[in-house]
Amino acid sequence: MILDVLHAILVAPFKDMVGAPGFLAEVLIGGVASGLMYSLVALGFVLIFKASGVFNFAQGALVLFAALTLVGLMERGVPTIVALGLTAGVMVVLALAIERVVLRPLVNQEHIILFMATIGLNFFLEGFGEMLWGANVKKLDVGIPQGSFKLGEILVNQLELTAALTAAVLVTVLAVFFHGTRIGRALRAVADDHEAALSIGIPLKTIWVIVWAVSGIVALVAGIMWGANSGVQFSLSLIALKALPVLILGGFESVPGAIVGGLIIGVGEKMGEVYWGPLVGGAIENWFAYVLALVFLLFRPQGLFGEKIIERV
Amino acid sequence: MLLRTLVIGLATAAMLTWPMAGAVLAQDKTMFIPLLVYRTGPFAPNGIPSANGFNDFFNLINERDGGINGVKLAWEECETQYKTDLGVECYERLKTRQGGAVLVNPFSTGITYQLIPKAPGDKVVIHSAGYGMTASADGRWFPWVFNFPMTYWSQASAFIKYLGQQEGGLDKLKGKKIVHIFHNSPYGKEANPTLEELAKRHGFELTLLAVDSPGQEQKATWLQVRRINPDWIYISGWGVMNQVAVKEAAAHGMKMDHVVGNWWTGTETDVVPAGDAARGYKSMTFHAPGHDFKVHQDILKHVYDKGKGAYGGDRAKVGEVLYNRTIINAMLNVEAIRTAMKKHGNKPLTGEQVRWGMENLDITEKRLEELGMKGLMRPLKVTCENHEGNGLALVQQWDGKNWKIVSDWMEPMRDVVRPKLEAAAVEEAKKLGYTMRDCSKEK
Amino acid sequence: MIYREAGQFKTTYAADQAIFPVVQDRWVVVAAVVAAAVAVPLVATEYWLQAVLIPLLIYSLAAIGLNLLTGYAGQLSLGTGGFMAVGAYAAFKITTAFPAVNILVVFLLAGIVAAAVGLVFGIPSLRIKGFYLAVATLAAQFFLIWLFNRVAWFSNYAPSGTITAPPRTVFGVMVTGPDASAGARYLMALGFVVLFAVLAKNLVRGRIGRSWMAIRDRDIAAEIIGIRPLRTKLLAFGISSFYCGVAGAELVFLYYGSAETFAFDIALSFLVLFMVIIGGLGSILGSFLGAAFIMVVPIFLANAPHMLGVAMSTALQKQIELMIFGGLIIFFLIVEPHGLARLWQITKEKLRLWPFPH
Repeated sequence: MILDVLHAILVAPFKDMVGAPGFLAEVLIGGVASGLMYSLVALGFVLIFKASGVFNFAQGALVLFAALTLVGLMERGVPTIVALGLTAGVMVVLALAIERVVLRPLVNQEHIILFMATIGLNFFLEGFGEMLWGANVKKLDVGIPQGSFKLGEILVNQLELTAALTAAVLVTVLAVFFHGTRIGRALRAVADDHEAALSIGIPLKTIWVIVWAVSGIVALVAGIMWGANSGVQFSLSLIALKALPVLILGGFESVPGAIVGGLIIGVGEKMGEVYWGPLVGGAIENWFAYVLALVFLLFRPQGLFGEKIIERV
Repeated sequence: MLLRTLVIGLATAAMLTWPMAGAVLAQDKTMFIPLLVYRTGPFAPNGIPSANGFNDFFNLINERDGGINGVKLAWEECETQYKTDLGVECYERLKTRQGGAVLVNPFSTGITYQLIPKAPGDKVVIHSAGYGMTASADGRWFPWVFNFPMTYWSQASAFIKYLGQQEGGLDKLKGKKIVHIFHNSPYGKEANPTLEELAKRHGFELTLLAVDSPGQEQKATWLQVRRINPDWIYISGWGVMNQVAVKEAAAHGMKMDHVVGNWWTGTETDVVPAGDAARGYKSMTFHAPGHDFKVHQDILKHVYDKGKGAYGGDRAKVGEVLYNRTIINAMLNVEAIRTAMKKHGNKPLTGEQVRWGMENLDITEKRLEELGMKGLMRPLKVTCENHEGNGLALVQQWDGKNWKIVSDWMEPMRDVVRPKLEAAAVEEAKKLGYTMRDCSKEK
Repeated sequence: MIYREAGQFKTTYAADQAIFPVVQDRWVVVAAVVAAAVAVPLVATEYWLQAVLIPLLIYSLAAIGLNLLTGYAGQLSLGTGGFMAVGAYAAFKITTAFPAVNILVVFLLAGIVAAAVGLVFGIPSLRIKGFYLAVATLAAQFFLIWLFNRVAWFSNYAPSGTITAPPRTVFGVMVTGPDASAGARYLMALGFVVLFAVLAKNLVRGRIGRSWMAIRDRDIAAEIIGIRPLRTKLLAFGISSFYCGVAGAELVFLYYGSAETFAFDIALSFLVLFMVIIGGLGSILGSFLGAAFIMVVPIFLANAPHMLGVAMSTALQKQIELMIFGGLIIFFLIVEPHGLARLWQITKEKLRLWPFPH
């Protein structure tokens, strides 16, 4: 009996994988694709955490709000490119508002207080977005090709391909931004030490507005990808929960960590669900990602690429 | 500082001393029906047309007919966001308003389960039309709960019957592969026991794949589906799971005319994100689709022209699948009250009297024609033992613009479903400590 | 003037160390509890009892549990919903398997089962800290919910997977099941929460509470002076899960009547966390205040348009409710980041001096 169980867990799934390599490739590709979709959302978290130390629970709501605004504008006849620009502008204004109303009064508070404030922000944005644009599901069509094509035996989804490319481009742009520009360096300085950055004259408030605005635009990109997949509706804000394991795995402050974490979680999740899921009745995706991240954490408590936690007595 | 304290103090005082939900004085000659709806939250796209259907039909009865035999309907919406705790709170808050509720449509299987134990004590009829606890169709155990025109188990059997028709006979199903993709909740799991039973009887290979709520991400599920390469797919979803399922089915190259959703997985919003790729997708239903029935014209004339339409200016939405479903649901409520009035007189009735009306509901073809619903709905008869009624199922298909009927009215396999239903009813009733009534003794 | 310690002389160490050293405090609390137990069931309407007070008491108990873990021991946990589910399902299994056992004992046993599960899921806390731990506890949350969904044994093979509270009596009074009166259920919830609040208060003032607070504030220094982190953290998880387990059992047996796993999903974990943070981390009173805030404000906002006679579409109402709720959370955090309990403390201090300014 025990041997059967062991066999089912340790041997059979691998035989399965080897026996159908085309399918395995599909699962891997699917895992990579969905992992990158998670990374897009995780990037927003990372940006804000990196620069202000705030774990922005409202990132999911930002994704939803950005997507709703875009689709709302397009529904009212605004041409796509203009709508994209306008939405980016809206996200900048939102960032300004958030900095003024939420961040500035809470400047020196503990992280948990700021976290709670972002939870309050989450509720606010959910209600606000829905009030402005309605609660119906909306079709998002910014010209992303939707169908799928076959590469040999493997089915490739064009939307996911686009998302993967977008993620790659976004990460490159962000990397250049952080390491190549003056503002990027200022952001890194603020992430390191608020007070030191202030003392050498870096304007904290401006930095925060920039970071939240950039994060808002990343949220817009994530919203476009996810919205194209499932229509723009409330559940988009729940994706943030799926991005959390990516964050733990990659480390809260690392942009490459968000990508690598996303890939590991995406692939791990899909392989787990397809090959081991049927053993226990399926639908294990929800907790599998978290357990996977947890296992990694036990070996590296700060995540794969996170900053090593130095504790002083 | 003083102002701040004052504001906080006043707010606290207001919250602690507000009059404890006093009942608004009942106006003469109205009957109150609370509506538990969800116009916000993750299930809003499905909740909005449903809520609008109720509103419009009740308005129609009040505006066109002056109420039911002179007794106007009063209703109040309460937002549940499809959440069980909010649903219970809504029910408790509304059940004493406006003279007391007589009937409630929970519009959520989870909320229905919560309200079922409360119904006999509160004397409020629960109508879970096409959802809820299937076992409550056995009226001998659950006198206060009704789920006509059909239950999930009957629907699943009708689905298999349809497959039989498509494949040239139920015996041809032997060896075929059928996948059931379901929402991982009590609602989603409802069809499983029936499908398993039928798989044993007819020899088809059944695979059950659960999708975790809310179902935004279904890639792993559909990868498995592709590997199985089934002949038919049945989907029991709700909310975003529907849209993603249809999209993924198309994206993974499934033959859309072999993908059939249950009656909550087949409405206009579900096929919107998939666009053209969703053409050919089918779904079960228990009423016809369409916006050109006489009842729709009546609604447009008597409700929308007077500016009371729930959709406001967006008249094109009148006649969507879920909208039709709830105008039928509302119609059934109204006809039940009318039936009860035949026995008890044309005055505002109590919950007990409305319950009798529901149990003795008999909608004939002639009555449907009078209601303007000829062809939309089938005649229905409810009895004391059978709170499911004798409803029939239909299959509709999306052609890119509209839903069209693609099958005949099908009788579910009552010989398979009823015995299981009765056994389940005994179980569920035992948990609640109910005793069985003897239908022959009551009339 | 009224609230002062002048004239109150303590003659024993015990009196000095009492939970409420100021006599007025003691009287107020006793009066409040007596009023809650006697006056409220007589005066309150059924809606008030059923939809507001009973869940308030139950959520307070869960909030106390989470406060012990997060507020006192510093272990941020988002698995509260999962532990409450464990308590609920354990209570269901125990009472359906042994119907003769008194429901009070069943709740306690369910709490113990939840504590055991909490111990297991608390093990990662030894290696992982802060937000990372919070996300790790989400693993517990999702896994437990999946488990109860998947394994039909937990719901006694019910086709729908819901668990229903069977009718049970305590001292001859029906307290669970459809026939139990709201008053009886209210009193039972009140009894539990008062008992466990007193226990918790004593716990946090004693050695265990102090060791938790030491771990929370400076865990390495605490380890150096001899507090064993393994034991302390696991104890925190265990006791906190016990409270949450009992609260979960109460949720199903005394409030909902029947429940499915959806009732215990991540939204519940966040809800209890909000209660703890708004009420005040590290404060027993704060758990009550936070629970009251989180419970009462939405209901108030939902009833407000009706009270004011303003007709608003339910969707708009809900959206405004969400916005006001979010706004209030941010407002309270700005005004008093340490929660309502701190506001209460400041009020008491001001009261001591009143009517003098200083």
